[in-house]
Amino acid sequence: MRLDVILRVVTKFILPFMMVFALYVQFHGDYSAGGGFQAGVIAAATIILYALIYGLNAAKRIVSAALVEAMVPLGVLIFAGVGVVGWLTGLNYLDYSNLAYDQVHGQEWGVFLVEAGVFITVSSTMVAIFYAFAGRGRR
Amino acid sequence: MNEFVDLAGRLVSHYNQWITVFLMVSGLYIVIARGNMVKKLVGLSLFQTSVYLLYLSAGKILGGTAPILDPDFTVYSHPLPHVLILTAIVVGVATLALGLALVVRINEAYGTIEEDEIFKQDDDRA
Amino acid sequence: MRNLFAVAVLTGIYSFLMASVMLVLDAPDVALTEASVGAGVGTVLLLGTLYLTKTDEARPIHSVALPLFVAVGTAAILIFGVTGTPPFGAADTPVQLAGPDYINRSLPETGIVNVVSSVLASYRGFDTLGETVVIFTAGIAILMLLKRATPPGAGRKD
Repeated sequence: MRLDVILRVVTKFILPFMMVFALYVQFHGDYSAGGGFQAGVIAAATIILYALIYGLNAAKRIVSAALVEAMVPLGVLIFAGVGVVGWLTGLNYLDYSNLAYDQVHGQEWGVFLVEAGVFITVSSTMVAIFYAFAGRGRR
Repeated sequence: MNEFVDLAGRLVSHYNQWITVFLMVSGLYIVIARGNMVKKLVGLSLFQTSVYLLYLSAGKILGGTAPILDPDFTVYSHPLPHVLILTAIVVGVATLALGLALVVRINEAYGTIEEDEIFKQDDDRA
Repeated sequence: MRNLFAVAVLTGIYSFLMASVMLVLDAPDVALTEASVGAGVGTVLLLGTLYLTKTDEARPIHSVALPLFVAVGTAAILIFGVTGTPPFGAADTPVQLAGPDYINRSLPETGIVNVVSSVLASYRGFDTLGETVVIFTAGIAILMLLKRATPPGAGRKD
């Protein structure tokens, strides 16, 4: 699709709005529908759309395969690490109440960090899966 | 007559479950009857969506609203099925992608994605 | 339908319809997920697989009697089970026992308005951690299956 002018121009218009929408879904997830899973998939769809229109190599110049593969375990580690912090402050695993000065703010921080971990793992896994399929090539 | 009214009432009041049963059975049929592996995986995801529907309709309350707190509403649907299904959908697509990756590798090894032809090649080799 | 491209496109349409059904069932979070996952990423992956494999299905050689028998048998068991379930949309079912508890506790305990978010990340954090690990494992397995090892010394070619 490298020569299709309409698709290329329209993609350029849409991409920033898709990325902002992903971030909105991520950070407004406490107040409306959304969260790490949905935002991760939408952010991955942004990269996948860019790769579909501009080619796999152009997408890999923006988000390199090494970065994506490093982010896959990073998100899980953030999630599990937040749980360990609850442990170290004398609570149960994955209890966030001691993360801030009172319980409600601690819970909000915990949910924020956990959703960030989910976002990182889901988005990078989806992009990594797409890179693996697209880079395979027919035999 | 009374039995008939009872049966009709049950047909109407459980209509979500009937749709679930239909989707589940058609997904199962596709998985068993079709030899093409991509179609098998599509049937498997059809089966999965029937389970999503089963969970969500169990959590729904008629006259309720989405579980996002608002002073104007008092009746909310059960949030727990939503949580379970939300994560199940993302896990579902990850496992679907794993199945598709296996299909790609099978195609590279055997040159086909039809189950019968793969079994035939295995038998010829043995 | 022998052409698998049509199957991939119809699966995407089906996902969108399923997302609207989920919206009607008061689950906007799930509908958002299904719309972005099923219709977005899922369809792209199906089309990518078809590009790497075959796009046409062979004609079936077996009779449909056995699968039809299994399907009808399963349907009979499921229908027998459904008659024992509570009617759709009832508020006094056993499933609904824990619902008000989550809804009443979410705001005072976590300060989060979207109860789905607070249950997902806080009350059932273990569950979500497990699901995240499953996604991570699936991603690693796919990379092991599909990623070609780049030979050392192979430069970047664009």
